[in-house]
Amino acid sequence: MKHKYIVQVSKLTKKFGSFTAVDKISFNVSKGEIFGFLGANGAGKTTAIKMLIGLSKPTSGDAIVAGFDVVKEPEKVKYKIGYMSQKFSLYDDLKVFENIRMYAGIYGIPKKEINSKIDNLIQELGMEAMRNNLVGDLPLGWKQKLAFAVAMVHNPTVVFLDEPTSGVDPITRRQFWEMIYKASEKGTTIFITTHYLDEAEYCTRASIMVDGVIKALDTPKNLKENFGVKSMKEVFVKLARG
Amino acid sequence: MLNENQLMNKAFVNINKVSKSYGEVQALNDINFSVDESELFGLIGPDGAGKTTLIRILITMLLPSSGSASINGMDVVKDFKKLRHLIGYMPGTFSLYEDLTVAENLNFFATIFNTTVKNNYHLIKDIYQQIEPFKDRRAGNLSGGMKQKLALSCALIHKPEILFLDEPTTGIDAVSRVELWDMLKELKKQNLTIIVSTPYMDEAQLCDRVAFMQKGEVMEINTPQQIVEDFDTPLYAVKGNNFYNLLLDLRKMELTKTAFPFGDSIHLTTFEKYDSAILNDLIMKFTGQRTHTERINANIEDCFMEKMLRNEA
Repeated sequence: MKHKYIVQVSKLTKKFGSFTAVDKISFNVSKGEIFGFLGANGAGKTTAIKMLIGLSKPTSGDAIVAGFDVVKEPEKVKYKIGYMSQKFSLYDDLKVFENIRMYAGIYGIPKKEINSKIDNLIQELGMEAMRNNLVGDLPLGWKQKLAFAVAMVHNPTVVFLDEPTSGVDPITRRQFWEMIYKASEKGTTIFITTHYLDEAEYCTRASIMVDGVIKALDTPKNLKENFGVKSMKEVFVKLARG
Repeated sequence: MLNENQLMNKAFVNINKVSKSYGEVQALNDINFSVDESELFGLIGPDGAGKTTLIRILITMLLPSSGSASINGMDVVKDFKKLRHLIGYMPGTFSLYEDLTVAENLNFFATIFNTTVKNNYHLIKDIYQQIEPFKDRRAGNLSGGMKQKLALSCALIHKPEILFLDEPTTGIDAVSRVELWDMLKELKKQNLTIIVSTPYMDEAQLCDRVAFMQKGEVMEINTPQQIVEDFDTPLYAVKGNNFYNLLLDLRKMELTKTAFPFGDSIHLTTFEKYDSAILNDLIMKFTGQRTHTERINANIEDCFMEKMLRNEA
């Protein structure tokens, strides 16, 4: 069960009837990488991510995520990954500590460890004063930080972040990225989608998907050089406009 | 008291001490500004800044708790019936009838304003033509970009004098964002007054003037050019190989005011002004890594962040 890469994707394809949403995409992501998964609306990003996290069965092709085959062992994949969607999966009518406790329970963290886990997380987030607040009453920035922490509660090998920074103020957006850097430094692999293309510059490597295929994949530096432009935004607009 | 714009009788929208609270939550706190005729005015700020609340008060869909506002001399509370004919509105979430076709939606909105698509077709032609091949498709089956073009067509079909767009580019990819701003630029040429809200700071530079909003307050109103020019803190872009460690190290330096990631570099503000080469030497000595430092001009996002920090201090 040895795999060189944390995410290993080979000719992964998803068809809905006659429409090919994801068309034979192949790429690898290494341990600790921050991998930017970019593309226009409707390019097939969400469909691809759903296959990688074991929620949708590929029509053909393979993907190994955190050492497990997403088709044969999707349940094992789910224990090894974290996921944060654009609509946070937190419960608004539960308190901050209750949300952490619930997710810790779901991911099978032993009962006697859960309380210390909650304390550590709340302290790390600087949310001591909000511990007993309902999540629904928190400002958006705090919800996002909490959602990220909860997605990491079981120390996943790789965490999938789907537009995690939409709508927050520019300072909170940067604080969020610092959480990402910190996780990456500790060896967690980050798989992230975003519409803020300055954030694409923070990635170790980025791919750009257009109409179901990966049109480009490289470090931001190489992508900019290859396209002869100064920013990832220009790279994106060039590719996505076709 | 009349402000300068009112005296010159130029202001098209006047907002005077508008506040709004929902129970204990103060969504808007003492908002005052005016917007000129055919101005493209941006409300820039994150979620929770009060942008939507302000727009909903101006389009007569929400009553202010206190204060007043007028559009073309008509009060948003007393004259709401007359005003609604003047106002075009594109809400942040897609609000057309998903089970009606493209053409049916457009006809519906023309009819409720006592007009016809034919009468005002010239106003929407450039935008509507792009989705006309799909006019018999149900709105619910359109792509995001097409939905937006339909929503914009429907908001314009009664020939409004002012158009409000609430976060038209949120959650939308960079290519569609460029397209939308191109459409707004074209509409401006028809002398339409446009008020648009966005959380994307880079879109501020596409507006004639912007209001920076944060936590229910307006932190600044000016042209984007002036806002950038007024930034007077020494600002440098620092690049290095170990980005995250460089960021943490820069924050430990005594000369540092703030250090934030900005694309492929770190934007560093300092308490005092330095020559770039001298500053770079200081940074290399402190961090032990090879860096490149240069003095740069602020962009809109630098300015917004500085205003936020100043407000919180």
